[in-house]
Amino acid sequence: MTDQLLAPFEFEFFRNGLAVATMAGALCGLVGVYVVLKGMSYIGHGLSHAIFGGFAASTLLGVNYFLGAGAWGVASALMINGVTRRRPIGADAAIGVITTASFALGLALFAVYGGGGGSFDAALFGSILGVAPSDVWVVAAVTLLAAAVVFLRYRALMFTTFDPEVADVSGVSVARVDALLMLVLAASILATMRVLGVTLIAATLVIPASVARMLTNSFARMLVLATVTGAGCGFVGMNLSYHLDVQSGPTIVLVGAALFASVFLATAGRGRHRPAGPDQQIGPPAAPALVPPAPSPAGGGAPAPRQ
Amino acid sequence: MTATDRGRQALVRLDRVTCAYGGPPVLVDVDLTVEPGQFSGIVGPSGSGKTTLLKAILGTARPVGGSVRRRAGLTTAYVPQVETVDWSFPVTVGECVLMARSTGRRLPWPSRAERADVAEVLERLGIAELVDRHIRALSGGQQQRMFIARALLARPQLLLMDEPTSGVDVQTRHEVLHLLDDLNGDGLSIVVTTHDLNGIAAHLPHLVCLNREVIGAGAPREVLTAEVLERTYGATMEVLEHGGMPVVVDRYRRAGNVARLRRAQ
Repeated sequence: MTDQLLAPFEFEFFRNGLAVATMAGALCGLVGVYVVLKGMSYIGHGLSHAIFGGFAASTLLGVNYFLGAGAWGVASALMINGVTRRRPIGADAAIGVITTASFALGLALFAVYGGGGGSFDAALFGSILGVAPSDVWVVAAVTLLAAAVVFLRYRALMFTTFDPEVADVSGVSVARVDALLMLVLAASILATMRVLGVTLIAATLVIPASVARMLTNSFARMLVLATVTGAGCGFVGMNLSYHLDVQSGPTIVLVGAALFASVFLATAGRGRHRPAGPDQQIGPPAAPALVPPAPSPAGGGAPAPRQ
Repeated sequence: MTATDRGRQALVRLDRVTCAYGGPPVLVDVDLTVEPGQFSGIVGPSGSGKTTLLKAILGTARPVGGSVRRRAGLTTAYVPQVETVDWSFPVTVGECVLMARSTGRRLPWPSRAERADVAEVLERLGIAELVDRHIRALSGGQQQRMFIARALLARPQLLLMDEPTSGVDVQTRHEVLHLLDDLNGDGLSIVVTTHDLNGIAAHLPHLVCLNREVIGAGAPREVLTAEVLERTYGATMEVLEHGGMPVVVDRYRRAGNVARLRRAQ
């Protein structure tokens, strides 16, 4: 049994893949805390799809992936910005149009010109085989960058995430902090796309942070927990990917989803906080809802009112 | 200039300030002076430009006309409406107050001196024991105190508050008013916006009635008159007197059905 579990470690490609998956999980977990708390998960989802178009174009033109896909991502972000400023269209709709179009263009380019092959599949769903030794260094560098940004700009990032308006008034350069966060997010997606897969990357950003949020009320602890959770999901998911012969993206996301479900059930009693805000302090406590005197004829019985 | 001259110099002076967000102006030709030690309320209906005026004083809303002059070295702090805050955000009271020290490259964790400062300001506001609580676990009055504590940690000369008592109960309103009065007594200049004429405005030493332009400014007795209020709110109002304080009542002249509806509730 142990032999079987350790068997894949003999292969260099697996060791590389595992290192990248673990670091990618940690990286996405860390960055995901800000994505989740700022309500930006749709941006993470959109950005990864936009970058796929750039990935397709740079593969077919033989341009370096990080340059091509990175430039494409920047262009998409500028277009989204331009559309929302020049027409009465919300940012979410603009993201929907431009990033999905970019994704569709990537799919069409691969369909017409073929090529890509394994790397096409890897970009969509993640693959252990898509990991080159150089990727280990790229992902390590981006992970270090993200950790450094979070460490050095911890307070400004927290204030901006909590209350951008007051942060701005208090002397924090919110626009610069936001731009820095977007830069780190884009770099994270670029670096991890070929292991986690475009279609699944948003989940690896959101799941560890959501798990961590259910476990703690402290911002600092949430950062640590999300990073560790992400790394753990990456490690376990990558091993499962090898043994089950399923792409790495789906296994990593499924491990995270299983963890999310377990933590959700384990913290069931804690989940029922009162709604936030000052309103509940106003006036007398709400009258209890009327309890139906007898079970309904269907026999289901009415659930007890919760307060 | 001597130190005394400087002490008397206005903190902020708005001169014929006009502000607009791409459409018709929300503020027109507003003149306003904030003196050291002043405690002013800005009153007016929704959309009258109260928050924009606050932002013009803060310097975050750039006027399209006129000028805003701030005294050199002036430190201001801003307290937002408690409704605009995400109360499920994972921070404790201590972490939230410490946000006032966010500029520059600072270590993530607070220094010993910073911890002492936070403890001191929380103690002053009577919520020292709440330092490790999650912000969601606070009452309305405690939420206000926490934000005032965060503002005070920046050691401001001028405190600006947006609707400090919207959505809070009577006791909390009194608590906040007393607290602001004490802080003003210690020399802090304060400007608040409010829609609450009787609960807040009538208790303040100085009022500015605003509806895109300044309709009236001065002590409540001078400003809370039927004429000024009608021009400010566009509705008929009567001003009575009770216990030496003006009390504003609105009259439904042509809207008998609304009044009946109110009575029926």
